[in-house]
Amino acid sequence: MTATDEGAEANGEAAGVDPDEVRHVADLARVDLDDEEAAAFAEQFADVLDYFAALDEVPEVEDEPDLVNVMRADEVGDGLSQEDALANAPDSEAGFFKGPKVS
Amino acid sequence: MSADDPSDADTTDGLNAFVTRETVESDADGPLAGRTVAVKDNISTEGIRTTCGSAMLAEYVPPYDATVVDRLREAGATLVGKANMDEFGMGGTTETSAFGPTRNPVDPERVPGGSSGGSAAAVAAGEADLALGSDTGGSVRNPAAFCGVVGIKPTYGLVSRYGLVAYANSLEQIGPLANSVEDAAALLDVIAGPDEHDATTRYDAAEGGAPGATDVPNDTHPADATEYAAAADGDVGGMTVGVPTELVEGADDEVVDVFEDALAGLKAQGVETVEVSLPSVEHAVQAYYVIAMSEASSNLARFDGVRYGVEGGEGNWNESFAAAREEGFGDEVKRRVLLGTYALSAGYHDKYYEKAQDARAWVKQDFDEAFAEADVLATPTMPVLPPKRGESLDDPLSLYLMDANTVPVNLANLPAISVPAGEAEGLPVGMQFVGPAFGEEAIIRAGSAVEA
Repeated sequence: MTATDEGAEANGEAAGVDPDEVRHVADLARVDLDDEEAAAFAEQFADVLDYFAALDEVPEVEDEPDLVNVMRADEVGDGLSQEDALANAPDSEAGFFKGPKVS
Repeated sequence: MSADDPSDADTTDGLNAFVTRETVESDADGPLAGRTVAVKDNISTEGIRTTCGSAMLAEYVPPYDATVVDRLREAGATLVGKANMDEFGMGGTTETSAFGPTRNPVDPERVPGGSSGGSAAAVAAGEADLALGSDTGGSVRNPAAFCGVVGIKPTYGLVSRYGLVAYANSLEQIGPLANSVEDAAALLDVIAGPDEHDATTRYDAAEGGAPGATDVPNDTHPADATEYAAAADGDVGGMTVGVPTELVEGADDEVVDVFEDALAGLKAQGVETVEVSLPSVEHAVQAYYVIAMSEASSNLARFDGVRYGVEGGEGNWNESFAAAREEGFGDEVKRRVLLGTYALSAGYHDKYYEKAQDARAWVKQDFDEAFAEADVLATPTMPVLPPKRGESLDDPLSLYLMDANTVPVNLANLPAISVPAGEAEGLPVGMQFVGPAFGEEAIIRAGSAVEA
């Protein structure tokens, strides 16, 4: 099931949430969950989403934010050294961050 | 490491107010010379680990200081440690810290509030003269109220967020906690002001004119023309205080009694009170959580176990990333990242996120109208007395509802202060004053009159 499929359901009744849906979102968010977590979250998300559903009653509001462009000179300043930038990395190699395989 | 196991934290004070105790003295002879300050552990300190109360960052040592930490040092303050907090600021009780819960100095069985619970507990217990917290939806005011100290949430853009680890960056500000309004205001004087590293603190181009006029001096920031500590003069004669009925009706009776007594005290000092209505606040908690969770789901994507944080181990990038986050994040952080991801996902964006932005604009409008009738607004800071530890953790929604009176202020980017207003059942009750944008002086003045 894709998020778009779920969206169609969302326009109807207040969405019930089952553990599979929680897993799908967790997959999108790149967070592993164990079975217990998925089950507990499904129950809690149903309560929270039910509560959020009342946002439906909010009227459209014209918002005219008082925004201005704030510019500054594009000048070269001090940055972190390569050594400092790598200091907290679990793994690095030859001055680079070392990550897992891309696919 | 579990939430009940504070073994990795310094518990010598019995309160578990600090994640890391480390003293850094300053030679500067400034306004905070001789004062000790606790700094919330989501504010970066060069060379001192900054955990955000998370196992994810248990070993993280920032290579630079937050701007507010620079300013503390320039003001002569002595840093005494990094204060405990709900993980990444996500909580109102300081029970979600990976380093164990902080206890309330007033009653150790009760929560100190949160998420800046360590900061408030340290000040209340005399472990620090002053503290910095951060307030995304009440995280300075809530623990100030529950621990019986003063806390200020500044107007968005008054204080630099450079070096604050982001949770929901359109909502949050760093703010001071102290034992008196004057002390909190003096700390605000030190940390407020423009910062080239945080564009939201830049008012020079806004006032000074042409974009590109890069040599306009930073002399138009609201903090430059004010001395907040001087506003703590208790001189409230002729001030009009608006009382939003919606935010009083929702509070417990014992809290309202203390609040009404404090209002009566203000009237005796020459304050006029008027009832005002904020119909939009019925939707404020919903809007706040949708926006905060959505921003969190994006902000916390940086914790991938590559540049910092818990390493994900074997597998491809996605697998490693997901494993790092399963291990490094606690339950409440996972909940908010997932709910935020859900609210932003295709098919739900309009239903949740767009409506929440409408509600946010509506809340701003309501406050604007209220400030046409009143100089400041007053509410109970928290609708309840500090709960006992462990009472509410399994029911996230009930915890979110506790934020009813604080989150509207963040949605509208306004300043607010919580001051101790009295006690009920031996527990502190906080009174909140909300001001118009950059109206810190008015709320400080009102707060100082309650204290007097």
